[in-house]
Amino acid sequence: DISDAGLKYHLELVLEDILDNDSTVNCTAEVLYHSGNKNLAPDVQFTIHGELKNTDDADNIFYNRIKSLEKELVAENIPDSHGNVAPEMEPIRLLAWAASGYVIWQNSNENTDFQLAQIKHVKQVKRNDEYLEFDYMILLHDMASQEIIPWQMTVLWHPQHGVQVTQDSRQPKHELE
Amino acid sequence: LQLDFWLAPRGLGYPVDVRVPFPSLQPLKAHLEANGISYSIMIEDVQALVDHEKMEMFRSTRSQLPLSTSTFDYSSYHSLDEIYAFMDVLVAENPNLVSKLEIGRTTENRPIYVLKFSKGGTNRPAIWIDTGIHSREWVTQATGVWLAKKIVQDHENDGDLASILDKLDIFLEIVTNPDGFAFTQTQNRMWRKTRSKHSSSLCVGVDPNRNWDAGFGGSGASGNPCSETYHGPYANSEPEVKAIVDFVKNHGNIKAFISIHSYSQLLLYPYGYTRTPVPDQKELHEISEKAVAALSSLYGTNYKYGSIITTIYQASGGTIDWTYNQGIKYSFTFELRDTGRYGFLLPASQIVPTAQETWLALKVIMTHTRDHPY
Repeated sequence: DISDAGLKYHLELVLEDILDNDSTVNCTAEVLYHSGNKNLAPDVQFTIHGELKNTDDADNIFYNRIKSLEKELVAENIPDSHGNVAPEMEPIRLLAWAASGYVIWQNSNENTDFQLAQIKHVKQVKRNDEYLEFDYMILLHDMASQEIIPWQMTVLWHPQHGVQVTQDSRQPKHELE
Repeated sequence: LQLDFWLAPRGLGYPVDVRVPFPSLQPLKAHLEANGISYSIMIEDVQALVDHEKMEMFRSTRSQLPLSTSTFDYSSYHSLDEIYAFMDVLVAENPNLVSKLEIGRTTENRPIYVLKFSKGGTNRPAIWIDTGIHSREWVTQATGVWLAKKIVQDHENDGDLASILDKLDIFLEIVTNPDGFAFTQTQNRMWRKTRSKHSSSLCVGVDPNRNWDAGFGGSGASGNPCSETYHGPYANSEPEVKAIVDFVKNHGNIKAFISIHSYSQLLLYPYGYTRTPVPDQKELHEISEKAVAALSSLYGTNYKYGSIITTIYQASGGTIDWTYNQGIKYSFTFELRDTGRYGFLLPASQIVPTAQETWLALKVIMTHTRDHPY
């Protein structure tokens, strides 16, 4: 579909649960890439045809575990060079995955194809309220240009209130590496 | 001032981390103080830290070099030294089938090795397979190691392989970019290119898959030395590429050429530099269809296939565009697992399954090459 405002795509896709290959749900979406202001994130409208799994139990376990840590959580290189992710870091990784989805959406156009390549560093930020806050430094891989782009993002999460990226900024590549 | 920001400015109240070259220290301090900006020194001497870390890493990666290919761990990632030692052990165990050739030296003067699998004859038509041309694609070098062992293991008991080797030789270059590979182990796991310095730019490295003489310098490669797809100052500027070019030309009888990358799960044939289809498009497409079906049959891994430009993106100066134009009809590129969940950081537990399924696809291509001499 082509309209005056830009290029619109109609998509039919299948969502698959990473943690359970047999759990899938159909989804339809419309994506509009703006032709005018190229810095505008694409418009996305979607409909999920089915139910997403309830994750309350796992969410609460993770939430309580982090809340009860004496020292703020700090970790690096998730996955590591060999693709390993420590089991207790898996939720941290899934959270980064969800949050980077937002960052990717906000920075995508028809010439980009981003994936989360690695979490270089993550640091928990203690808060007085009920939210969990994590400061991430991630690496995004853009398949189109093959570039690896460091990106900082501040992520808020709560079992009932979901994921929020409150701050994010592209970081300079270290040319001397 | 050549300031190198390690934490970029992002707003009022947020800290900024910056590495300062020695000559810029005084001017920067003066500037900060004049503007009432407070600062503290986190690291007095970055170079000292880097040197120390290098020394520590060298010490801690002192690992056992393989003594036999039967006890070698194929389901883990290995260092360059370990892979080079593996090659020597494999040759020593099978001197009648395998030999090791040095085809050149890298920018940093590392030897570039190719394994030759041959049951005899003189300059037989041959199949070429390379892995690791892009150093961060670790599952490919690991797959190359597994393939070397597999060929040795099955060369008599697997009917297809035995008959392939009756007619053809197989050349296997496991670490096609040794400098880059060493760099991914010690400094930057995400390094893709070679480690050459051509211009006065601070940036290092040329994309070895944009450095071939096929549409060189055209759309689909970058002229910026800092880019991941920098094509280099001229075609074959990279010794890693030149070594293969010289080998292929001198051999003169290569009939299939397969270059292995990751990730995306694709099987590709030329061209990448132009939309013009290759004359053998129909045949290459049919082979791809069969090869992908064979691959999928093992674990259900889904692959797409087609020409480079229609399936992935426009890319100029690519390996198989050059080999095809040299007359090597059966020129293919693989992009192995996965599709982005782990990407370059594929867990070691997936090395063997990836290699096993890829082998089935390779056998389809090799069998077709055997049955269609030209």
